[in-house]
Amino acid sequence: MSEKVLMRGTQVIGEAAIRAGCRFYAGYPITPQNELTECMARSMDATPGGTFVQAESEIAAINMVIGAAMAGARAMTSSSSPGISLKQEGISFLAAQELPAVIVNTMRGGPGLGNIAPSQGDYFQATRGGGHGDYRTIVIAPNSGQEIADMTRTAFEYADKYRNPVLILADGMMGQMMEPVIFPEPIDISSLPPKTWSLRGAAGRPSKVILSLLLNPAKQEELNWKLDRKYKIIAREIPKAEKYMTDDAHLAVIAYGTAARIAKGAVRRVREMGLKVGLFRPITLWPYPSRELHELSRHMRNFLVFEMNMGQMVEDVKLSLEGRSDVHFYGRPGGTISTPDEIAKIINTLYHRQNLEKDS
Amino acid sequence: MKKTVFAGFGGQGVLMMGYAFAMAVMNDGKQITYLPAYGAEMRGGTANCTVAVSDEEIFSPVSSAPDYAVILNNPSLIKYESMIATGGTLFINSSLVTTEITRDDISVVKVPAGDMAKKLRNERISNMIMLGAFVSRSQLTSMESILNALAEITKGKKSSLMKSNKKGLDAGADYVLQGA
Repeated sequence: MSEKVLMRGTQVIGEAAIRAGCRFYAGYPITPQNELTECMARSMDATPGGTFVQAESEIAAINMVIGAAMAGARAMTSSSSPGISLKQEGISFLAAQELPAVIVNTMRGGPGLGNIAPSQGDYFQATRGGGHGDYRTIVIAPNSGQEIADMTRTAFEYADKYRNPVLILADGMMGQMMEPVIFPEPIDISSLPPKTWSLRGAAGRPSKVILSLLLNPAKQEELNWKLDRKYKIIAREIPKAEKYMTDDAHLAVIAYGTAARIAKGAVRRVREMGLKVGLFRPITLWPYPSRELHELSRHMRNFLVFEMNMGQMVEDVKLSLEGRSDVHFYGRPGGTISTPDEIAKIINTLYHRQNLEKDS
Repeated sequence: MKKTVFAGFGGQGVLMMGYAFAMAVMNDGKQITYLPAYGAEMRGGTANCTVAVSDEEIFSPVSSAPDYAVILNNPSLIKYESMIATGGTLFINSSLVTTEITRDDISVVKVPAGDMAKKLRNERISNMIMLGAFVSRSQLTSMESILNALAEITKGKKSSLMKSNKKGLDAGADYVLQGA
């Protein structure tokens, strides 16, 4: 089954999830990710032990995922921006109860109901928790069909390993674009380590309890400390980024997901014009690849953050660089899609304004 | 790297043209991206897709200056004519696209696909006629690859579908070869 297939991003997530051992999916339709729900309906039906539920609402879907996760299943739900807002309470509960689950956000223009075009307006929501309380969600942002196939599996692995919700942050373009994909072989779910904490009936043993109501502040504080220790381990173990032509660069564009694809095209254009420009692409958005970025600032003083929003990830860039470099920003919000030409012009202007050609 | 835009009304088979082309090129062993306009489009609305083809990694699936445009209606011509790269090629279904073309730095291939389809007694294959003309002129893939891709896409459907698709493709290719 290592055959190359041409597939839409949303369907790649579905197929990759099943192959990663996902056996429970609940969702409620919303554009631009309906093909994922459609794909899961068909695939779960054809998968022994698989369950698909078209829930009555986004809130119901995430709560069903909580239940499936408690029972030990690899579980997933998906939506797009407004629907993800509705799921936030559930995501907070998953984090509190240390339950593994995968949530897919195929972002669209916002705020409000917005539109159905590709956007990156939910970066803050994704990386800052999104729901209430003191918690973190692992966030991964693939930028190609193949990476979606590979990272969907990674998402389930991280979820189980760290007992934490994992968010796959895509957007309308990642979801709708078709690219050739080679899927990893399906896993044998019976080979997964047993989830000894899961609730599967208490016959012959004392009951186990998974809950998020901790009325005693000391108990809550204990949980917060425990979660924090876990988050520190995650922040050490999984940050990931791609670097493209950064070795000799005077300026690096920083972008993720769809924006990184466009930025990479722009970098290639300005390189042809002789400008020494590279690309830094975070693949995990939380934990942010701060150390890798910090490393770059040893020989680079200029960074241009490009996002399909009004400036959200730029804050993480500034936090990572701790004032060592100049951070510039260019954003196109609302579901508009920039072209590589447009970004190349922005890079060109900045490059000359900062007088970087004299360093060549 | 070559980028092609396919555009027209929803229901004209615009996305199918791009999809078949993308699949053919993938099977040729090249890198491809296929980006459809999606969502609010419907029958009678506008539809378009962009297919990028390259021997190397494709960075941006969007195009500011496509090398080829296959245009099936007037609104799409207005939208894309000015965007086509200098030296690029514009294919139009001249049975429907009547707006005058003002660019003189691009090649224009006019194919009366609507009339040709009528003559072949199947008005639904005008997209295949355009695809045949496009493949024959652009040489980005072979007719054999397109036929294989269409066979894969229509697998499990009536065999008459493949027959009429082939008829359309051949008619479009022949029209171009005869010097359109």
